[in-house]
Amino acid sequence: MALNGIQIFKLTPKKNCKECGCPTCMAFSMKVAQGAMDISACPHMSQEAIDSLSEATAPPMKTIKVGVGENEYSLGGETVLYRHEKTFVSRTRYAVSVCSCMDDAEADAALEAAKVVDYDRIGERMHVELINVNYAGNGTDKYVELVKKAAACDRTLVLSCTDVEAAKAALEVCKAAKPILNGADASNYAEMNAVATAAGVVLGVRGKDINELYDTVAAIEKLGNKNLVIDTTMPTIKETYAATVQSRRAAIKDGDRTFGYPSIVNLAAVAADDTYIQTALASTFTMKYGSIIVMSAMTYADALPLYGLRQNVFTDPQKPMKVEPGIYQINGADENSLCLTTVDFALTYFVVSGELERSGVPCNLVISDAGGLSVLTAWAAGKLSSTSVSEFIKANVEPKVKCRKLIIPGKVAVLKGDIEAKLPGWEVIVAPREAVDLVKFLKELTA
Amino acid sequence: MPFNHKPQKFNASINTVEIGCGDKAITLGGEKTFPFYTFDAPLENAPKIGVEISDMGLEGAPAGVVAYYGEGASYAEMAKKAAAMEGADFVCLKLEGGDPNGENKSIDELIEVVKEVGEAIDVPLVVEGCKNVEKDSELLPKVAEALQGKNVLILSAREENYKAVGASAGLAYQQKVGAESAVDINLAKQLNVVTTQLGVAPKSIVMNVGSAAVGYGFEYVVSTMDRIKAAALSQGDAMLQMPIITPVADECWSVKEAMASEADMPAWGPAEERGIKMEIATAAAVLASGSDAVLLKHPQSVATISKMIKELA
Repeated sequence: MALNGIQIFKLTPKKNCKECGCPTCMAFSMKVAQGAMDISACPHMSQEAIDSLSEATAPPMKTIKVGVGENEYSLGGETVLYRHEKTFVSRTRYAVSVCSCMDDAEADAALEAAKVVDYDRIGERMHVELINVNYAGNGTDKYVELVKKAAACDRTLVLSCTDVEAAKAALEVCKAAKPILNGADASNYAEMNAVATAAGVVLGVRGKDINELYDTVAAIEKLGNKNLVIDTTMPTIKETYAATVQSRRAAIKDGDRTFGYPSIVNLAAVAADDTYIQTALASTFTMKYGSIIVMSAMTYADALPLYGLRQNVFTDPQKPMKVEPGIYQINGADENSLCLTTVDFALTYFVVSGELERSGVPCNLVISDAGGLSVLTAWAAGKLSSTSVSEFIKANVEPKVKCRKLIIPGKVAVLKGDIEAKLPGWEVIVAPREAVDLVKFLKELTA
Repeated sequence: MPFNHKPQKFNASINTVEIGCGDKAITLGGEKTFPFYTFDAPLENAPKIGVEISDMGLEGAPAGVVAYYGEGASYAEMAKKAAAMEGADFVCLKLEGGDPNGENKSIDELIEVVKEVGEAIDVPLVVEGCKNVEKDSELLPKVAEALQGKNVLILSAREENYKAVGASAGLAYQQKVGAESAVDINLAKQLNVVTTQLGVAPKSIVMNVGSAAVGYGFEYVVSTMDRIKAAALSQGDAMLQMPIITPVADECWSVKEAMASEADMPAWGPAEERGIKMEIATAAAVLASGSDAVLLKHPQSVATISKMIKELA
């Protein structure tokens, strides 16, 4: 359980030496209690006190790292159950599954298809980050060959394999890339733990129900391994949802550290043949506590909604989503097309650009830096002003665009006169207040 | 030590609101837990699915939807087919043609459609206005009158017209009132407060707290619903205990991901498939945030979400 500042203060030397950077030991204790500082910042704390405190002040859920280099991902480390309470920190990662039961052509096609989705959305690369390689018990050699092929895809691997020998052989060829060995269960955990520890990789733990899962995690922790993920996939969808939600809630709300690990939800196993239900469940588990979601396939039709959802859910409520300032050419606009301007708040951009696309009118959407705020907020904060707009236009638009008509958001109609004064030669037009009226407005304007 | 199950028990619950009459009537709400947390307490009433049809017929509808209803289907035929769709619990008639900025159909013309649909089906009916505040203030009271005795849900009363819509639908004609606000817990509560002050019973109100397609500011929808359910259950806030209905199809089928043609975006694949999955992913996400009903359009989405609800409930 978390300690409060006073309890921590009792363990400090109470010397007010300031070596930790805080004016007093009391101030330091309060910061530690809030999680703002680590207890080890105090050089005078006895080892005993540090041990007891770091246990008590450790986050409720571990941050587990998998993969290497560009393919390294942090999983878990969450401190809240709802994003509005603070923020979620480690976004859900998506995996596509291949199996040793597939023939070569089938496996090659699945691995090739896993690489297809790869695009950028508001500065974030969207792709299938992991590949789940399932062992169907049909021979170690076949499995190792498949693991080799999957490893060549430049993705981090999840080895779903409960056979100790096959796991050992597979890790020999891919352990340097830090895959997850998802294979410990009640019957093999001691051996699997030895294999994972020897290879230095994260161990995935599973169980036939939530109780067995819990007991197996506890047993592995007793062996000294806390580099784990928990596979909350159960025989049915209902049990999978229950295990995923209950384990996360136990860790964060009830402080039960045994479940304080990231989760793997394997939809390719629990909803094998139905791609539509997999999309529905991937969405549900992105909302509710899946750290890694394994799917049979990821097409653009799956990815566009899921990655959009993930980007929304995992944004920090304290930091607005922003798009890059610049000129966005819509409907095949060129240098003679109309210019419209708005702010760089991602939601505003999406709504406005969507309406512009609907209108079919070629136009240059000019986005200047407004601190990621919405139109009225940016205007009130001085981030959207006649100066900011006119300077951006002079520096970035005038050299590239010949059209001298600028449409400004209806909510800042007051800026019209000032912008015209600061931008000689430009005609400034005021748009409607709501984006939804843009289609009609543009059609009438260009008619 | 075995895993210690700690169920989250609340002393409060979401209101139950019945829509429709007779055997086919449905009950929204009633849950005492967060969405699908059946490990805490059994789910009283599983979330429901409404199938959207429009007074504009099949204009602009995806091929799969047109194929399902058949080109040139009458309103009555469409309503019957919507009611018979696999996974459908109720039908939602949208009167979008009434929008003065669009077709601007007359109220009499729209009421004819409402009557035709109302007579064709015996499943519960939800009627959605044209979203223009002034027009809806005149149109929706007429709808409530035309469907007297059918116990329909009228969408929606908003801050600007809750008096006209709430008083007619909720008081004069004893229908259920949809209270629509824009993705903000305080606005949602405020509208419930003023609507009940009119005399509308809290148990006649269903909220539409606003919606978005996933990827389009959906985080606001999530946090609004999460906070509303938390306030309703853990703090027992009676002015937020109304069940939530969320229109999903409208938002999803109008975003670029669903509309861009395959010719423009060859890598993305067929547009209809993208629209379906956009609708499915958004519906699943609003249900995971606590919606008690969703409004969908495509037969595939309806079947899938219905299957998901059955699996989870």
